Amino acid sequence: MAQKRASPYPYWFVLPSAVVFITLFLVPTLVSFWFSLTRWDLFTAEYIGLDNYRQFFKEPFLVQGLINTLIYAVTTSGAKTVLGLLLAVLLTSGIWMQSFLRSVVFFPVLVSTIGVGITFTVLMHPTKGSINIALSYLGIDGPTWLADPALALYSVAFIDVWKGVGLATLIYIAGLAAISPDYYEAARIDGATRLQQFWRVTVPLVRPATVTVITLSLIGGLRSFDVIWATTRGGPGFASDVLASVIYKQYQAGFYGLSTAGNVILFLLIAVIVIPMTAWFQKRELDL
Amino acid sequence: MKLTHSAAFLAAFSMVSGMAAAETTLSVLIDNNPETVTLMETLAAAYTAAHPDVTFDIEQRNGGSEGDNLVKTRLATGEMADVFNYNSGSLFQALNPATTLTDLSDLAAQANVVDSFKPTVTAPDGTVRGIPFGSAMGGGIYYSRKIYAELGLSVPKTFDEFMANNAKVKEAGKVPVATTFGDTWTSQLFVLADFYNVQAENPNFAADYTANKAKYATTPGADRGFKYLEDVFKAGYMNADFGVAKFDDGLRMIATGEAAHYPMLTFGIGTIKQNFPENLNDVGFFAQPGPTADKNGLTVWMPSALYIPAASENADVAKDFLSFVASVEGCNTMIGATGATGPYLIKGCELPADVPPAVADMLPYFQGEGMTAPALEFLSPIKGPALEQITVEVGSGIRPAAEAAALYDQDVEKQAKQLGLPNW
Amino acid sequence: MTRRQRLIGLVSLIVATVVFIVPFVFILFMAVKSKSEAALFTFTWPTEWFFVENLIEVVKARNYMLLLAYFNSTVITVGAVALLIVFGAMVGYILQRRPSGWNKVIYACVLMGLMVPPAVVPTIWVLQGLNLFKTLTGMVLIHVAYGLAFSVLLYRSFIGTIPRELDEAARIDGAKPLQIFFKVILPLLKPVTVTLIVVQSIAIFNDFTNALYYLPGKENVTVQLTLFNFQSQFRSQFNLLFMNILLVTIPPLLVFIFFNRQIVAGMTSGAVKG
Repeated sequence: MAQKRASPYPYWFVLPSAVVFITLFLVPTLVSFWFSLTRWDLFTAEYIGLDNYRQFFKEPFLVQGLINTLIYAVTTSGAKTVLGLLLAVLLTSGIWMQSFLRSVVFFPVLVSTIGVGITFTVLMHPTKGSINIALSYLGIDGPTWLADPALALYSVAFIDVWKGVGLATLIYIAGLAAISPDYYEAARIDGATRLQQFWRVTVPLVRPATVTVITLSLIGGLRSFDVIWATTRGGPGFASDVLASVIYKQYQAGFYGLSTAGNVILFLLIAVIVIPMTAWFQKRELDL
Repeated sequence: MKLTHSAAFLAAFSMVSGMAAAETTLSVLIDNNPETVTLMETLAAAYTAAHPDVTFDIEQRNGGSEGDNLVKTRLATGEMADVFNYNSGSLFQALNPATTLTDLSDLAAQANVVDSFKPTVTAPDGTVRGIPFGSAMGGGIYYSRKIYAELGLSVPKTFDEFMANNAKVKEAGKVPVATTFGDTWTSQLFVLADFYNVQAENPNFAADYTANKAKYATTPGADRGFKYLEDVFKAGYMNADFGVAKFDDGLRMIATGEAAHYPMLTFGIGTIKQNFPENLNDVGFFAQPGPTADKNGLTVWMPSALYIPAASENADVAKDFLSFVASVEGCNTMIGATGATGPYLIKGCELPADVPPAVADMLPYFQGEGMTAPALEFLSPIKGPALEQITVEVGSGIRPAAEAAALYDQDVEKQAKQLGLPNW
Repeated sequence: MTRRQRLIGLVSLIVATVVFIVPFVFILFMAVKSKSEAALFTFTWPTEWFFVENLIEVVKARNYMLLLAYFNSTVITVGAVALLIVFGAMVGYILQRRPSGWNKVIYACVLMGLMVPPAVVPTIWVLQGLNLFKTLTGMVLIHVAYGLAFSVLLYRSFIGTIPRELDEAARIDGAKPLQIFFKVILPLLKPVTVTLIVVQSIAIFNDFTNALYYLPGKENVTVQLTLFNFQSQFRSQFNLLFMNILLVTIPPLLVFIFFNRQIVAGMTSGAVKG
């Protein structure tokens, strides 16, 4: 074999990453399929077939948790996408105090979820909270927000959007910056109104950013745990439980096999939703 | 590259705070009930006064199932403090005490402990693993003596009378039943404190329940606690912020006369004394009334206990501290800290002559024949972990009482299987 | 600037103030109030300022636990972000410069890393096997494993914009692969690196879930765990709780103020083009 000159791009550059990723991500993911079939206390694992999955689907709150997960993911990612785009358009239109406003919108991203959770728990207090006091000045009898079984999940979703919309806006601002002004110029010459420009130029051309925002926020929403844990802990009762909080409760109670089974279910749920979605986005990309 | 972070940090840090090397710091994990905190802080201070080389680091945790899970996780990962307080009875059994806790059978101070307490902290292998912390408690209903006097109400002997009182309280514009689901564990009281009445009707319930023969949903009268909660919610007798109010709010409402009733264990009396001393005499207590007046008695809780995890590095110092807590001197220190809140289970530890009215209201039940029954968690090793979420559901109108009882039976089944009990 | 733009700006400013700034002012007010005034939850100007008193009390709580937490969080954040930059850039570099059959495998891993929820308990099992459970090293590596996908993606597309001729020139000058990477390529990646530093350091510093699972034990507290635990400790002292929130918000805020201008630039050149 001819002496090959050593490549300036050696494969071992990948090695450090590969070692960390395989040991701490791939291996646990793969073994989780096995452990989800066991009764497990971290030291000994006893094979019990699909019992954990049966148990998981037998818990009446679990079905609720599954539905809640979907509602939560769709609501938060939908709101972040729409609000993020609108805010980005507003914040790139050259308005007064533009850069200051950009920082303001991004501000909540900086605060820890726990801090945000505590703050909103206080602001949303049904009788003493500032939100309901403000509403009462308008003559509105505010709801109990986080303690109302019908509303708790949406209250948490609202907090999540409040905290996360800044990141979506930032991604959109970057996406809008990449659109050449020529397109708008051409649209104006064709006599398009501002609204028409938005629908015919902005929305189609900012698509890569939209794909990024939807994908990131949907995956984040399906996996969401910390906002819920910092506010309602799944309550009242089980009204705002999602898959991730159910998994954590099983872990805490020492049902490790059951908890791991929940993890596998969450994995499958994300795969079933996100993989076809990504494929669809890519197909549309080619069609265009 | 292994980061020995704490070494580097603590080295720098210990110079700042001037720690001496010979000292022992006992880490302590307790629940955040203000009474527990005061008791532990006072005991720790008294112990340090006698043993200046021992200092304490007291950490607080939430109560209820969140606290249960925290204790279990910390024991499982070997991260428990040197000393911790936790329930006696069935919750103690769920800790797998024979492997996770230090055996305290040979502690000389066990001779001071009243014998009836020991079975509630005895592991399946027959060894004693804890010593009592605080006083025995009743589970029932605090009432505002002020509101009762103003409205001319008398202590109810049946649940119907209780609801009739509530109606009058509501008419008078006060909150009939203080409800504090912000601390979810407080939602269980109507169910748990009804056990005297359940047992009066079904004397074998506890044994049958453990043997998987009796269920909450199918035993007549067993699901009444759930129904009471549902009735109170449906009648609109709760405070407006019942979904987020905390235990401390409940005590404030009952002490200051905002609310007429608060279903709770008597361990809140010490906190009332501390936070609302001028209102201590406004708070009375009665057992949870049942269907008939002729069977009226109190469901009783053993005190919680102090334990030492098997993995403790300071077990000897911890044992000595526990011996102090279980002595008459330790008992008197506790009475000095929060006032007498109920019978203490240390031999020779007498209650002072003047006790708060709520405690005085409770003592006659202990003196009468057959007027007390231990709570179910001291008669059976099983307590389902989701009860407090289920009672929050009932008390918030999410789930009807009958369905909730059946759901709780399922929750109990999961726990029983986990404990590996026969017949499940 | 037209009058219309000024008007829209003013309206936006008012709305944004109410929606996004008021909660922070609320945090600040609560943090400096007395215990009893904070317990009222009202949105009012503090009648008396207890800034220093509250600050000292929070820092002193549980034997100065907050200081230990700051130390731990800083070590974790700096360590993990540094590794994410170097490791991620290396992988992105190879992916872009030396396409091969392996690229598909790497992309599959990146996609998994972005999508799959970490299997928590098995990860604890692996960490225990490696003696890394309950250690800061373990925590750093966990954050690296979870953040790599994002980091690789960000770098890969940007490296495409750096002409290969630069590598060639350096090679002709006799530079070794590592020298080319660290001396020529990495400095040119600065815009992406800045974005990565901002996004990841904020995410890792604010991380709560992973710390909750993988770092039990009071020696290993992070600032977020402290805040979570102090909820039970300070249950009736909301002034101290909010002072704690205020304190843990300062480091991310500094990072943001410092890098603010460069973030959007980095974003434009990185991920979104993808």
